[in-house]
Amino acid sequence: MRYQSIFKTVTLGLRSLWLHKLRSSLTMLGVVFGVGSVVTMLAVGEGASQQALEKIRKLGATNIIIEAEKSTTNSKVRKRMSIYGLTYNDAQSIAETCENIRHIIPVKFMAKELRIENRTVESRLVGTTPEWFDLIDCELISGRNLVQFDQENESAVCVISEKLAREVMYDKHIIGEDIRIGGKFFKVVGVLKSPESVDNNSFAQPTDVYIPISTFIRRFGDVVIDTKDGSRVWEKVELHKIIVQSDSTDNVEKTAKSVEAMLASKHEHKDYKVSVPLSLLKQTMETKRMFNIVLGAIAGISLLVGGIGIMNIMLANVTERIREIGIRRAIGAKKVHIVGQFLIETLVLSFLGGIIGIACGVILPWTITKITEMPTLVTSGSIALAFGISACIGITFGLYPAYKAASLDPIKALRHD
Amino acid sequence: MSVPVIQIQNVSKTYEMGDETVQALDDVSIEFQHGEFWALLGPSGSGKSTLLNMIGCLDSPTSGKCLIDGIDVSTMNDNQLSDLRLNRLGFIFQSFNLIPQLTVAENIALPLFYQGKDDVEGKQKAVDLATMVELGHRTGHLPKELSGGQQQRVAIARALINDPKIILADEPTGALDSATGNQIMELLTELNKQGITIIMVTHEPEIADFATHKLHMRDGVISKIERPA
Repeated sequence: MRYQSIFKTVTLGLRSLWLHKLRSSLTMLGVVFGVGSVVTMLAVGEGASQQALEKIRKLGATNIIIEAEKSTTNSKVRKRMSIYGLTYNDAQSIAETCENIRHIIPVKFMAKELRIENRTVESRLVGTTPEWFDLIDCELISGRNLVQFDQENESAVCVISEKLAREVMYDKHIIGEDIRIGGKFFKVVGVLKSPESVDNNSFAQPTDVYIPISTFIRRFGDVVIDTKDGSRVWEKVELHKIIVQSDSTDNVEKTAKSVEAMLASKHEHKDYKVSVPLSLLKQTMETKRMFNIVLGAIAGISLLVGGIGIMNIMLANVTERIREIGIRRAIGAKKVHIVGQFLIETLVLSFLGGIIGIACGVILPWTITKITEMPTLVTSGSIALAFGISACIGITFGLYPAYKAASLDPIKALRHD
Repeated sequence: MSVPVIQIQNVSKTYEMGDETVQALDDVSIEFQHGEFWALLGPSGSGKSTLLNMIGCLDSPTSGKCLIDGIDVSTMNDNQLSDLRLNRLGFIFQSFNLIPQLTVAENIALPLFYQGKDDVEGKQKAVDLATMVELGHRTGHLPKELSGGQQQRVAIARALINDPKIILADEPTGALDSATGNQIMELLTELNKQGITIIMVTHEPEIADFATHKLHMRDGVISKIERPA
């Protein structure tokens, strides 16, 4: 059929669908729901995987994060001093025994008061090595980061976060100023841009103050005295965190295993936790995939039901218009014309349903994001897929009724009441 | 004498109706010449409609041959038969058989759509034909807004749009009152004078009188042929 006659057939199809507005729109609903749920599902899935990717980007795909954790196994007697967590020795052993390691970054934390002149703020004191600054990927606003020299000389220097700098110094220049951290003097050498709020997916926090780990050990030691319920509790933790950077994403899981094995042999209790962002991501993706399969099956069933609905209505349509088919055949329409006419009607139905479905599939994720703040992302691929599906439905479920219409005997069709 | 426009040679047709076999046509042979106006007469079940459908390539014979312009149509496939109906034949039915959702002009132009000639020229032709059947002012109306006689005139215009050599009419006045019926018959007579061969099925003798030739049928065989003196 020529281009023009296709256009005419489409117009004709639209007109006969318009004759039965309610019926046509109800028929379309199945496809609308099916296509809408496919697009929505893909948008939610895509949004979640984007979020997971963002998370891994922040934590680093080659990192293995080992955190000190208070052992859950109850000690027989309540000791006055609880000793747990990672040790300097652990970091040393990992460096010596495990392969494929680029850096080992030991980290110590302590909550300390930061004071300049008469102003004080609460801060998180972080003792670490210069590699830390590559890890957190925070922009240096002024001054410099900590360097190996500071580490070796146990220098009393610190790099503070922008937020803290603003709180203690307002707009004034802070580089070179002496500040007191836990009563000890440190010289500010740099200011880092840090997250505006507490972000669990990020290494850096808004209230961070970084000093060389060697200085930390010398000045503050490993013991924290905490006053709880009127009695003092001593806690000794050498290292709160060790971040092991593997040389490639291929090796990170293998390295994690050997790190874990090494730690297991050295620690009596499991007073640490090893997490691998890459494994977490893989797990998330796997869960997501299962979720997608289930949702896809539901959307598929709804599309199937929609398609069967279209076929049902088209069969009724053919029966209703047997006489029209007979007239058309008598005045010279070929079978292919009749097939074309009914197939195009089905295609128009499924395409319209598809377009409305896609509109729903764009609006719904947008609403979901507005209400639940769950990230969603409608990709052009998912729209193309949905469109393809609706075309397939139109053809698959339209062929049989169209074929049935065309294969009617013209005389019988003409005599049909 | 030139080749007859329609030749029916030893045509038989049997139908299976449940367990019964119905002999609708029994070894019928007849020739129709160009420009003749035939009335096929007979009681219902005599086979006159079956014969008309056979000529109209809507039905195929169980045995025998049906030739149009000397070409055997019984060997043609469905597409070739469609083309023959489209280009050479015009149909008029008792119940008008217009397509309800199309306007008068669109109904008239419908065969042109299948010919691929539904262009501006074709549309003008449809309007001209509507004017010829005195419906030039109603081209935008739907069939249900017209009277029976008007609908039949639309059907005649539709039958004429492809310039057919033969018009096949199945009880064209059957659903009309006699005055309207006579108008329709006058229109057909006029077309016959312009050289179109007309084969018409009817059971009303007064309608048959408009025809130049009469073919009487009974029980699937030709019982009498009346030719003008």
